[in-house]
Amino acid sequence: MSTIYILWLRQIKRYLRSRARIIGSLGQPILFLIALGFGFGPIFKQAGGGNYMQFLTPGIIGMSILFTAIFSGIELIWDRQFGFLKETLVAPVSRTQIMIGRTLGGATVATLQGLIVLILSLFIGFHLEHFGILLLAIVIMFMIALMFTALGTAIASLLEDMQGFQLIMNFLVMPLFLLSGSLFPLQGLPKAINFVSKIDPLSYGIDALRGILAGNFHFGLGLDFLILFLLIIFFIAIGTFLFRRIQV
Amino acid sequence: MSIISVKNLTKKFKDFVAVKDISFEVDQGEIFAFLGPNGAGKSTTIKMLTTLLHPDGGMIRLNNFDPVVQGDEVRRSFGIVFQDPSLDDELTAEENLEFHGVLYKVPSSIREKRIGELLKFVDLEDRRKSLVKTFSGGMKRRLEIARGLLHHPKILFLDEPTLGLDPQTRNHMWNYVVKLNKEEGMTIFFTTHYMEEADKVAGRIAVIDHGKIIAVGTSNELKSKTNTKTLEEAFLNLTGTTIRDEEATSKDYLRMARRMWTGRK
Repeated sequence: MSTIYILWLRQIKRYLRSRARIIGSLGQPILFLIALGFGFGPIFKQAGGGNYMQFLTPGIIGMSILFTAIFSGIELIWDRQFGFLKETLVAPVSRTQIMIGRTLGGATVATLQGLIVLILSLFIGFHLEHFGILLLAIVIMFMIALMFTALGTAIASLLEDMQGFQLIMNFLVMPLFLLSGSLFPLQGLPKAINFVSKIDPLSYGIDALRGILAGNFHFGLGLDFLILFLLIIFFIAIGTFLFRRIQV
Repeated sequence: MSIISVKNLTKKFKDFVAVKDISFEVDQGEIFAFLGPNGAGKSTTIKMLTTLLHPDGGMIRLNNFDPVVQGDEVRRSFGIVFQDPSLDDELTAEENLEFHGVLYKVPSSIREKRIGELLKFVDLEDRRKSLVKTFSGGMKRRLEIARGLLHHPKILFLDEPTLGLDPQTRNHMWNYVVKLNKEEGMTIFFTTHYMEEADKVAGRIAVIDHGKIIAVGTSNELKSKTNTKTLEEAFLNLTGTTIRDEEATSKDYLRMARRMWTGRK
């Protein structure tokens, strides 16, 4: 337990100390909320979709969590390049514990980031029905964060350096975000897009978040929860397997 | 009784054979030096002994455990000071030590006490709460040594621990290590480029070059074998006088890139 705790604590300390990173990574979601939220708002309303800011905000929160979580996982590459990974890998603790501690730390950081976006969105025009649902929303945010931190760690375990980073951004992270229904409703889509959005793990996270925060589900909370839960286990298992094989 | 036993150990990186069929034994409580020019295979061997790399052939027993299949047991048996930096720059000196102490399950009362003692010992007491990224190269090195000495393992690996340190600190460190060896019977396995360190501290010395062990013995044995007066002469006699290059790895390029972006070292 103490191993997992100290690894978790390390991630939190690093996050809280990098103010530039916190502020820098808030710029994008806020810009998206303002530009897309106000830009597409009128046409979304005309088309009968309701208030676009209410629709968009959970999607943008999901995006922030996705990005932060994947980065937290990928940070493993820095640790590997700058030696700190060795310090943890020769310690007399199981690699599974190291992987779990890191992942929980990264997921906590990503959840905090999502929470900050949620709070800021209240000033931009997002309206929260009542604050009681916040706790459930945080649970879902943490689940999304956990899933993608584990995925990031799994990917980072396979990479030696940051060369493949653009590849991951453009062929994994951006598609995960754009095809998840974060920006548009999943109803009435062309078959191919519909299919892709259904196999996109983020779709279920965003659906759950949107249902809880803004009151409209596409898949339903039960299904969202089940799929998130299964994917968390799956990604943590893969991440652990790959992490255990690392040689430096 | 030997605490480290290596037989026919081999490691290849693609076409390059870094370690070729080496065998040696280190006795419990011994101070053993591993000498060789750059790129001779010293660090690769240490990485295999410490579970960081899997060998391609041969057998290792460390405290009677096999690093390949009993990684956790092996890791409980040793401590290591790495050749390259392995501190977390975004944590303070104290936090780096605490992190290490918790991972190595040093009880908190002993941990507190030793952290204080060691920071004093490496003269970083007043920088206890400073982030490591503000440290100079020498300060980081000293902190790494302090960290390696925080828990008291059965076997301590020191991979060029004194690189870039001034003679005072080097002397200081070796006195401490020898004391640990005497008082706790800790086995010490180290590499260095400073021949006088090996001459003074090590019981036995192995000379490795081009991935092969070319001589093992006490300093005097090596000198008489090569008909030389100093260990340095014996070393040059055994390994020749050509200068070795190590290739820049992707790590070096990345370090360079990070320096460019962040202005950090």
